[in-house]
Amino acid sequence: MPLTHKTPLLDELEKGPWPSFVKDLKRAAIEGNSDTANDLLGQLELSYKQKVGHWKHGGIVGVFGYGGGVIGRYSDVPQMFPAVEHFHTMRINQPASKFYSSKALRTLSDIWDKHGSKITNMHGSTGDIIFLGCRTEALEPCFADLTAAGFDLGGSGSALRTPSCCVGKARCEWACIDTQDICYSLTMTYQDEMHRPAWPYKFKFKISGCPNDCVAAIARADCSIIGTWRDDIRVNQAEVKKYAEAGLDIQQHIVGLCPTKCITYENGQISIDNKNCTRCMHCINVMPKALRPGTDTGATILIGAKAPILEGAQMSAVVIPFMKMDGSAEEIEDQYRELKDFIEKLWDWWDEEGKNRERTGELIQRLGYRAFLEAVELEPLPQMIKEPRSNPYIFFREEEVPGGWERNLEEYRARHQA
Amino acid sequence: MADVMKDRITDIGPPKYDTMWPDVIKENYGKWLYHEELEPGVLKHVSETGTNLFTVRIAATRLMTTLHMRDLAAIADEFCDGYLRFTTRNNVEFMVTDEGKLKALKAKLKADGHLIGGTGAGITNIVHTQGWVHCHTPAIDASGIVKAVMDELAEYFHDKRLPAKVRISLACCLNMCGAVHCSDISILGVHRKPPLVEHDRLLNVCEIPTTIAACPTAAIKPYNFEEEGKKVKSVQVNNERCMFCGNCYTMCPAMPLADPDGDGVALWVGGKVSNARSMPMFSKLAVPYLPNTPPRWPETVEHVKKMVKVYADNARPFERMGEWIQRIGWEQWFKLTGFEFTTHHIDDYRFAMTTWRNSTQFRFTE
Repeated sequence: MPLTHKTPLLDELEKGPWPSFVKDLKRAAIEGNSDTANDLLGQLELSYKQKVGHWKHGGIVGVFGYGGGVIGRYSDVPQMFPAVEHFHTMRINQPASKFYSSKALRTLSDIWDKHGSKITNMHGSTGDIIFLGCRTEALEPCFADLTAAGFDLGGSGSALRTPSCCVGKARCEWACIDTQDICYSLTMTYQDEMHRPAWPYKFKFKISGCPNDCVAAIARADCSIIGTWRDDIRVNQAEVKKYAEAGLDIQQHIVGLCPTKCITYENGQISIDNKNCTRCMHCINVMPKALRPGTDTGATILIGAKAPILEGAQMSAVVIPFMKMDGSAEEIEDQYRELKDFIEKLWDWWDEEGKNRERTGELIQRLGYRAFLEAVELEPLPQMIKEPRSNPYIFFREEEVPGGWERNLEEYRARHQA
Repeated sequence: MADVMKDRITDIGPPKYDTMWPDVIKENYGKWLYHEELEPGVLKHVSETGTNLFTVRIAATRLMTTLHMRDLAAIADEFCDGYLRFTTRNNVEFMVTDEGKLKALKAKLKADGHLIGGTGAGITNIVHTQGWVHCHTPAIDASGIVKAVMDELAEYFHDKRLPAKVRISLACCLNMCGAVHCSDISILGVHRKPPLVEHDRLLNVCEIPTTIAACPTAAIKPYNFEEEGKKVKSVQVNNERCMFCGNCYTMCPAMPLADPDGDGVALWVGGKVSNARSMPMFSKLAVPYLPNTPPRWPETVEHVKKMVKVYADNARPFERMGEWIQRIGWEQWFKLTGFEFTTHHIDDYRFAMTTWRNSTQFRFTE
């Protein structure tokens, strides 16, 4: 169909070297006959002209039996743009680390062409495939086609959000844990938590294979699972020599930038004081042929990251410094169970104590790390902190003090005149 | 309803990850030895099985139609045994094992107008939110600003190199869907006018106690009055205490904040999530406000370009933006960029005092 709205402002975004979403949307309108794409261009042009958005606040829509996975959206100028009067989003759980067969992409495209706008996000910030723009009555048939094709909805609202992970062992030599399998296992175990919101607020899992943290787990996830190792970095001295010969200044750019100064370089050989290595990845990143993470690998579990709303942004903090995450199928099952036991204790505590719209990081800040450790039944470790407290306000407990807190005032006054 | 519930499939989760792998990934899973960046956008992974895997990364837009998706699927069929991958930053990766195919794949991608790049010490795709395309609380658009900024920085995607990678992200309001609080450069939509209060509608669409509780600065209080003999229950905002977070609007649709003159862009700098060398860092305020200027946001583009240029000219190899600024000091960074330092840059929220300079160590910049 021809374009139905003039879009002089958006047309400016067809220029330039970077791929243009405006061109793509116009193609969906013209070649794809999408009246939704046509009216979306029209409404977006209006926003560009007026410098404000034109979507109404909220709208509770969904599919039967689920409390999330669909974001209701309505235009506030439907008389001008009737095809975006309803413009609901479906979040569809992506395959872990986002590999796709072309067949799966075509299946998804067929389903969305049939029920929706032909417009997607590949992918949303959390990781889901986003189907962007359909009418309420399209939700159920679209969901039926999706599940028949082996896809399911992701999380939204006060629920477990769709877990996501880095490329992991599929194509990265640094992956210390099987990010995709951990992601899949958590996703499958907690389908109910994802599809039926029951918590104070959202909860996110993100899994990165190494401390480079390519999915930004430490910045975004209530539970960040990050691969690491506890033995020695593997060194190939012949390859070290080749890097030096190729012009890498090992003294300045490897030794000099090591945060714990645990590397020395003498006579063309590197040696690492592994006890003092904090596994930052810098030397490995720069010399991947010469240096590799150790082989005693596992995960560091950190808790509590979130964006600023409300109390300010928080990053995740270490709670379990090392958890083994490989071995036989049975061993892996046990390790995953241990991780899930920890998570379920955290959820129980948060469910009990959390205020409306309070993330786990904020709850820990409000009630204290001690209360959190007691809830998840873990012992304090120096790895959990950057430094001990510098204020003197220690919340000693009665049982820590000989004789407790009950004292006799008369006895006190017998010894001390007022 | 009976129809919908018949033979209903629910809670099946996503397709299992390994059903989406080409054979080369199945065969080499967990066996990769090392990788090299052959050129921006082209990686070579070498496996202990002897397999060489070449990955070609192209720029994509997060907002993508199924027409475009089908084009990508066709390329995967022609060159990559019918498989491809999306990255967490909305790029697309095609993988081949044969150098001849790599050459043909690159030629095809270039012929179709795709930009190859986004790896290593450059600037990759901007992760972003929905903006005016779908969100109900945005202060700015998302896709349009990303396009305008990346048009000007595209050379760092496919060609020019920097001291280290620079990660840029955009969020269209303070909710920050995405990790913009830990990026080398972040572009954030901000409001500057307190919410309007629709007294006649508020009680019908909002819960007054949760609305009051939603305000982090306790700027909202109950407000009951009589109008034309009718008792009205509503809320009142102490505008002086409003920090424009928009949390009230999230809880209460009768308190909209968006405004053409009030809304605009704040820029942030120096965050990172990687643990390499230094610990992860938050991004810090660089520019408190720039006007909302569609369709190409020239002020935002110029300020971002300036930050990249000053970094490119001054940082040492491997230093991320935030590491470099820590080394040279914020006072010198403001001098180098020429950005105005204002009272807005001095924190006055929860942990403000932890950011003040409790030392005589600083550099003179006058």
